[in-house]
Amino acid sequence: MAPAAQSLINQGSMRRNRAVRRLGQVGLWLNPVFAYFFLWAPILILVLFSFNESKSVASFTGFTLKWYNNILNNVMGAERAFSTEIMLNAFRNSLFVGAVATAIATVLGTMIALAMARGRFPGKSLIDSLLFLPVVIPEITQAISLAIFFKVAFDWIAGISGERVFPGFHTIIIAHVTFNISFVAIVVRARLADMDPQLEEAAGDLGANPWRTFWRVTFPLILPGVVSGALLAFTLSLDDFVITFFTSGVGTSTLPVFVYGLLKLTVTPEVNAISTIMMVLSTLLIGISLAMQGRTASRA
Amino acid sequence: MAFRLRRLRENGSLLALPTVAWLVVFFVLPLAVVLVFSFMSRGRGGVAILPFTIEHYERTFGVFFIILRRSIGLAALTTVICLLLGYPLAFFISTRRRRVLRQIALFLVILPFWTNFLIRTYAWRILLGEEGTINGVLLSLGLIGEPLSLLNTQLAVVIGLIYGFLPFMVLPIYASVERFNFRYVDAAHDLGANDIRTFLRVVLPLTLPGVLAGCALVFIPSVGAFVTPDLLGGAKGLMIGNLINKQFGGSGNMPLGSALSIVMMAVVMLSLLVYIFANRREAGD
Amino acid sequence: MKRLMLLLAILCLVAPVAIAQDMEHEPWTCPDGYEGQTLSIFNWSTYIAEDTVPNFEEACGVTVNYDIYESNEAMLARIRQGNPGYDIIVPSGGTVQRMAEEMLLIPLDLEMIPNIANVIPDLLGAAYDPENMYSLPYQWGTVGVGYSTEVFPDGISSWNQVWDHDGPVAWLDDRQTMLGIAHLFLGNDPNTTDAAEINAARDYLIEKGGNVVTVAADDGQVLLERGDVDIAVEYNGDILQISWDCECDDYAYAIPEEGSNVWIDNLSIPVDAPNPELAMVFIDYILDAKVGADLTNYIWYASPNQASIDSGFIDEEILNDPAIFPPPEQVANLFAIIDVGAEAEELINNAWDELLIFLGQ
Repeated sequence: MAPAAQSLINQGSMRRNRAVRRLGQVGLWLNPVFAYFFLWAPILILVLFSFNESKSVASFTGFTLKWYNNILNNVMGAERAFSTEIMLNAFRNSLFVGAVATAIATVLGTMIALAMARGRFPGKSLIDSLLFLPVVIPEITQAISLAIFFKVAFDWIAGISGERVFPGFHTIIIAHVTFNISFVAIVVRARLADMDPQLEEAAGDLGANPWRTFWRVTFPLILPGVVSGALLAFTLSLDDFVITFFTSGVGTSTLPVFVYGLLKLTVTPEVNAISTIMMVLSTLLIGISLAMQGRTASRA
Repeated sequence: MAFRLRRLRENGSLLALPTVAWLVVFFVLPLAVVLVFSFMSRGRGGVAILPFTIEHYERTFGVFFIILRRSIGLAALTTVICLLLGYPLAFFISTRRRRVLRQIALFLVILPFWTNFLIRTYAWRILLGEEGTINGVLLSLGLIGEPLSLLNTQLAVVIGLIYGFLPFMVLPIYASVERFNFRYVDAAHDLGANDIRTFLRVVLPLTLPGVLAGCALVFIPSVGAFVTPDLLGGAKGLMIGNLINKQFGGSGNMPLGSALSIVMMAVVMLSLLVYIFANRREAGD
Repeated sequence: MKRLMLLLAILCLVAPVAIAQDMEHEPWTCPDGYEGQTLSIFNWSTYIAEDTVPNFEEACGVTVNYDIYESNEAMLARIRQGNPGYDIIVPSGGTVQRMAEEMLLIPLDLEMIPNIANVIPDLLGAAYDPENMYSLPYQWGTVGVGYSTEVFPDGISSWNQVWDHDGPVAWLDDRQTMLGIAHLFLGNDPNTTDAAEINAARDYLIEKGGNVVTVAADDGQVLLERGDVDIAVEYNGDILQISWDCECDDYAYAIPEEGSNVWIDNLSIPVDAPNPELAMVFIDYILDAKVGADLTNYIWYASPNQASIDSGFIDEEILNDPAIFPPPEQVANLFAIIDVGAEAEELINNAWDELLIFLGQ
């Protein structure tokens, strides 16, 4: 084949190659645009309708702040509307359950993460799967297993002591701790894996006892991991519906359980408003925690 | 020093004990109870009574099988679309040059997650409704003459599931792309490989662990979804999660509900085994 | 149940023409000794006025927990698994009978409920609870079709229009009612316990359900309001609430001529209620003329309270609305749901599961 022809073919393939690349680049740009639009459009609709004058979600009739005003009035105790009152109560329940469950799950999760990373004992791989399972088991399976378990356990307690036990905050909190432990443990372990164990050994060499070593060396180093694990747990707790739904008792409805009841009927703009507030608050929270992490990272 | 280290290591088992005890009592034991219940008969009011029976499993693989198959199908479709959407997105995020831009791009994927899942799913009811936003826009643009029926379909369920779980696909892929060394691409190009070949032979294999993890993280919650089909699916988008829920509410049959969820769990475990197997082979290559 | 139907017929004749007498009304007062206590209520969604509970809290100095459910079956499932701590539930007639049989209800102390005198005498002693041992009426109503008047300018008069409609339809997730309607078409007793008949009703509904987009648990009216369905099989009050909300004539309610379900919801106290005495005080409170009228004015269901009707506290508009107080010739066509026993319950539940599975095909 003549060299000229060869070069022509090469040029052709190069041109094709360039066309493919350009197409790929366009695709690479279009995809994120579409994906971000897809992720954000529903949120924007949600925020938009929190300012909707009419109660309807079908059309936007005019701008108003009255739904926010209603919430504010209720928080300040200036006015009492029954339905808003129930919603705020559910919100408080959510925060309470989230805080307690996060605290317990963070301690238990951090402990097992430390044990798994530093300890040597039989059955470690079994514990590994045990930690992994709650993450991958379908929520509804976990929910019904706890519901059945509590029923069986409470019947049993009533049979023995004659005392009737009711589900309530304790059952919800137990359930939340159970699914949160694994998430905390995974996050903390990732942090521990990045950490040099020689630091602890050095502290030991310098005469610190294990307790001191932990609080003075290990803990400060894994703290960012513990904090993000706790944040994750708190978020999961606030967001959980299915498991809470199956384990809640009387008057312990959390915000998602309350919202579910409403969704089946109608979403008042007040629900949109409180979601918008929650979203703004959590954005701030994440922003602050990111900024803090950035500062510690730059200091290190 | 050696003495102290040993003590820390021995304390390890002590340190693990409370958590392990907690998980055994509140996770393993309840699952064991479900397994036992699934083999018991239904008593009045839907509770489990003796004698043992396999009738609930017969029913699960009988009339309920259609819905089980549908749940797996919809979850698989969701996973594939999430992959097609999420892979380029993860690439886009990790190839931003400035760190701040990367963080913002990632942040924009995660942030919607801080809104209540129910509310976000509900927002799709507003978007997809007969008089919803999508129909409104399409009608006013003159692209359609009649509003489309989008809500209460399997399509609506898939959209809702993708929406709910897309970040689960993006994050693991992002993590693996982050570690990916782009010099390999240059090397492949220097060796004469075109873009498609480079992608298939170099980029994809090296980011495969992230892809596999993402697929598992999307598929598993999709199979067991209950809220999304409940809010968006209507009669035609019913999934296995809804029927399990019914057995604990209106239909009052806890043993049947237990059998259904044991079977669903088996499906999930099977898909996990596939994941682990694929991962091993990947690592072995 | 014949007796109940007859009584309802008479009642409907009487109610709309009852002359409003502006009587002096003493506001309800709470008996002493309940301050600081707690009452837990488990009620249907959108089934209470905004101020009913806060006024009670204030009158008695108590705190009220208020949770909602969306079907008799869901509530029943919850109580059967062990009452989690509710003092008041609101079961429909057949469910009262079933729960009483399963010993899930506490007998009422009628001495503590003097306002029982306000209840329309014909609504006391219904077949499901002849002695009113376990229940007193809360509200009553019908199941029918809510429809868009734009799609159906001439209205709906037959279930066949619902089955044949070429457009989205929502059914009610109330298994005994829906199967009962199918039984009417098949010439069977709506409360039949025969397996073959129940399965025939299931197949009939599957055949007629090609246009069903969702089987809604008490939220069909919202789908109708948003235009997602043209017809919603629903409880009458729910449809009326959306017409009232939009202040328009876009929606209407009708009871098809073939017949439908009539129900009475009741106030009952579940077994193991933590505070049954306060629960009885609450029942007395609900049966007060003014409180009962406020309730009906807000939720648009028919009041079982003669004193509320007579006192003129209920809006004229509601008293004269045939969708709330149906005319007697319609009432004759209605069937009430009764307890069918454990075996038929399982047959019905299985049939309903199968119906849900095959409707989606």
